[in-house]
Order: sequence, then C-alpha cells, then structure tokens
Amino acid sequence: MAQIIVVTSGKGGVGKTTSSAAIATGLALKGHKTVVIDFDIGLRNLDLIMGCERRVVYDFVNVINGEANLNQALIKDKRCDKLFVLPASQTRDKDALTKEGVGKVLEDLSKDFDYILCDSPAGIETGAMMALYFADTAIVTTNPEVSSVRDSDRILGMLQSRSRRAEQSLEPVKEYLLLTRYAPTRVKTGEMLSVEDVQEILAIPLLGVIPESQSVLKASNSGVPVIVDQQSDAGQAYADAVARLLGEDVPLRFVAEEKKGLLKRIFGS
Amino acid sequence: MQNAVLELKGSSFTLSVLHINSKDLDRLLTELDAKLAQAPQFFVNAPLVLNLAKLADDLPDLAALKQALHQRNLFVVGLTGIDSAKADIAAKLQLPLMKSGKDSKNTPAKAVVPARSTKIVKQNVRSGQQIYAANADLIVFGAVSNGAEVIADGSIHVYGTLRGKAMAGAQGDNHAVIIAKTLSAELVSIAGNYWLSDSIQEHTNGSGACVRLDGESLIIESLPL
Repeated sequence: MAQIIVVTSGKGGVGKTTSSAAIATGLALKGHKTVVIDFDIGLRNLDLIMGCERRVVYDFVNVINGEANLNQALIKDKRCDKLFVLPASQTRDKDALTKEGVGKVLEDLSKDFDYILCDSPAGIETGAMMALYFADTAIVTTNPEVSSVRDSDRILGMLQSRSRRAEQSLEPVKEYLLLTRYAPTRVKTGEMLSVEDVQEILAIPLLGVIPESQSVLKASNSGVPVIVDQQSDAGQAYADAVARLLGEDVPLRFVAEEKKGLLKRIFGS
Repeated sequence: MQNAVLELKGSSFTLSVLHINSKDLDRLLTELDAKLAQAPQFFVNAPLVLNLAKLADDLPDLAALKQALHQRNLFVVGLTGIDSAKADIAAKLQLPLMKSGKDSKNTPAKAVVPARSTKIVKQNVRSGQQIYAANADLIVFGAVSNGAEVIADGSIHVYGTLRGKAMAGAQGDNHAVIIAKTLSAELVSIAGNYWLSDSIQEHTNGSGACVRLDGESLIIESLPL
C-alpha cells in the first residue's frame, strides 16, 4: 500500500508545486517508487516544473473519465526511473474531479507505488478538498507571513474535519509544516515571522525550512526540480526535508543568518 | 423612490393599571369615584389598562365597566391578567390583550434553569472552525487560532493561547467567564457585552487571564496559569 501525501497550503503562490516536485524527486532518488499528481485542474503547472510539459498526452481527468488508462497518462521522469508524473488537464475545471473517480485512481496507483504525492491547488474548494481527502500525510506549505499562516491553519482544520480519515474516524492525518521562502535576515529585522512564531501558531511538527533562494526560480524556469541541484541551499534543504519525511533525524539548516566573509562585508553580496 | 408614508417602531409608555379585585360593579365604581376625587385633574383622559388577575372566572360586566369608566373620562386601552385562552373576552370588548414586561421576562428565565454540562475539545481549534457548546461550559485543551470561534452558553476555558473569538454566556448568562492560558483574542464577549482586541490588549499583559462581567462592563483579571 502506498502512502498518500498531500502538499497543501490554502494560500496560493507559497511553493506547493515547487515543493511537490522537489519532495517527489527526493523520494524517488532515495529509491522509492513515487508518483506525483497535479490536482490543479485548469491551471496545470507541475509538468512545467518537472520539465515534462512536451510529453503530456493524456491527463488525470482522462483517466478519471475512463478515456485513457493509467499507463497511458503516467509520464516517466527522464532523470529518475522511479518517478512518474500524472499531469492535470488544462482545458477542464475542478468539477471534473469526483470523490469516486479520484479514489479509484489512487487505489490503482497504490498497488504499484510506494508514495503518491498530491499537489493541491490553492483555496479550500473542490480541487483542494479532493487533493486532501484521501491523504495519510499532509505537508502544509507555509510562508513566514501572517496571511499564509492563517490559511494554513484553516487547511489544518479541514484536514481534521473533512478528510477521509476524519470522516471514518481513523487515525488522523499526519500533519507536517514545511516553511518555505524563509529569509533569516528579514526575520532578524522583524519583517518576517520566525520559525518559532509560525510553529507556535500552527503547533504541528516541522518537516523543514526552505530558504528563499535564487536557485528555486532558476530551477522552475529550466524544468528541473530544485532538489536535483545539490549545490543550492534550497536543494539541500529539500533533501533534509525528504530525509525527515522518511524518519531520519536531520539537524535544521539555513535558519540562522549567514555569516558574511570579510570580502563580502566590504563589497556587499 | 417614493418616501414611505408610515413607519412601524416600538416605544414604551407608562400606563396606569387598574386592578379589579371584585365583580361587584357598584362597589368598584364607588371606590373609584372616591379615588378620582383626590386628584381629579390627574386622571382626565387617562389611558387605563384593566388587570383582572385577581378574578379567576368570576368577571364583572366588563362592557358596563368600560362604559362607566368612559363617562368619567377614563379610556380603557387594554386588558391584562387573563390567560390567552380567554382572549375572546378581550375581543368582544374590542380591546387588545396586553402582557406586562415583567410577565414576559419571567417565562424564558424558567426555561434556562436545567443544569449545565461540559463540552471538551482536545485539539487546537483552527481558523474557520466554530465550536458551540449548547447549554454547556466549553473547555479547549489547545489553542484557538485567529479566525476561529468558540461559543458557549456557559463559561469558556482555553488551556492554550486564545487568538480567535470567544463568546461566553451566549444565551445571556451574566455569570459566565472566559479563562485563557494566554489571552490574545480578536474578541471576547460575555452575555453580549464584548471587547475587541484593542481594548483587550490595554487590559492584559499577554499572560493568563479571566474575563468576566462586572455589572454592565467587562473586566479582565490576570491569572497566574
């Protein structure tokens, strides 16, 4: 049985798709057979971040409607043979997702895969509810600012009340906080909430802190998940988060302000 | 748009109530004349409500009484003290049945009497969630987030940080209290008397606190929790 992980946030633009792509790739690189599903029907992005947009023929909605089978729709990643992408439909909307349809697809995927990542759309409507409904684990992606924290809090409430596990009174969904776009310098000046502030409000275990980084934008534009770039701070932070997701105890990095060298202090960064 | 030519509004008036304790019309009128003689000007054209509570079924001739009062420049405007089952008496006289403020307040007070229970929530109350403890106290083992609402007919205890809205005594219980391990609420309300976060901040130091109602206004006491 595969573990179903939803990457969610409530708020848009906080890095759900970036994180989904990175974590899915990270799990696959560690040898786990992983599929990442784009639930953002109508606003398909995951295929771009994963660099497979030219190979999309059939999509998630085609599979739900029985117009294609899973093998036709799944796209094998070119870098890692344990990783597959199930793209969203760009021409449909969220109403194309039904609980029965999504449930059937996830059940079929469960037989073959170790991990199923669901990249949730923003909001709390059908699309987001479908993405989180079947989850065993939730990665709540949050930026260190108040509106994102409040939206994450709302999503945590939804996980506790509207997920399959809640409705059937099973063991609750495991919730993890992934803090993205973190800038220690701005935390120090009080422009940004600190890790501790966010954790105090959301009160869920911390999966990782991803620093604000140029490498993320570069990776997105070139269609390579940022975790592949192990020289970058964000790539390393995602690798740490994946290790923690697999139960390893890894110390937190990139949360303190980087000490500038003498030359940097003189010439600026 | 045309302006409305009438408006319906509620107002309260002080009315004299004549308590009728006998069905003997002659005795009633003799006594009344004696009373009117003491202050004749005071009662000229005065509206009167007849209270028949003391008389069970043994009613005097009300039509004659109404007529006799009218001759003395007293206008009967309503009946009170008879239960609504006998509304036809009032209808015959073309008078409304009236209920005094005291009577109507007494009825719901009796309904609230049943003993209260307790509702316990063992997790954080997240933004967008609303918890209502009907006819119960509410105890939360966790935090109440910004954008969440906890409501109870009784008191509210939050053993975590209260950041959202808390409304105790939702049915009007003045004795309800709100206790929080850390009080940093958006709104606290007791029996409809509320404070917003600005007023709350002025009265707390972000520690444990108890909010209660002192007369008409809220007070916040700090608690060493």
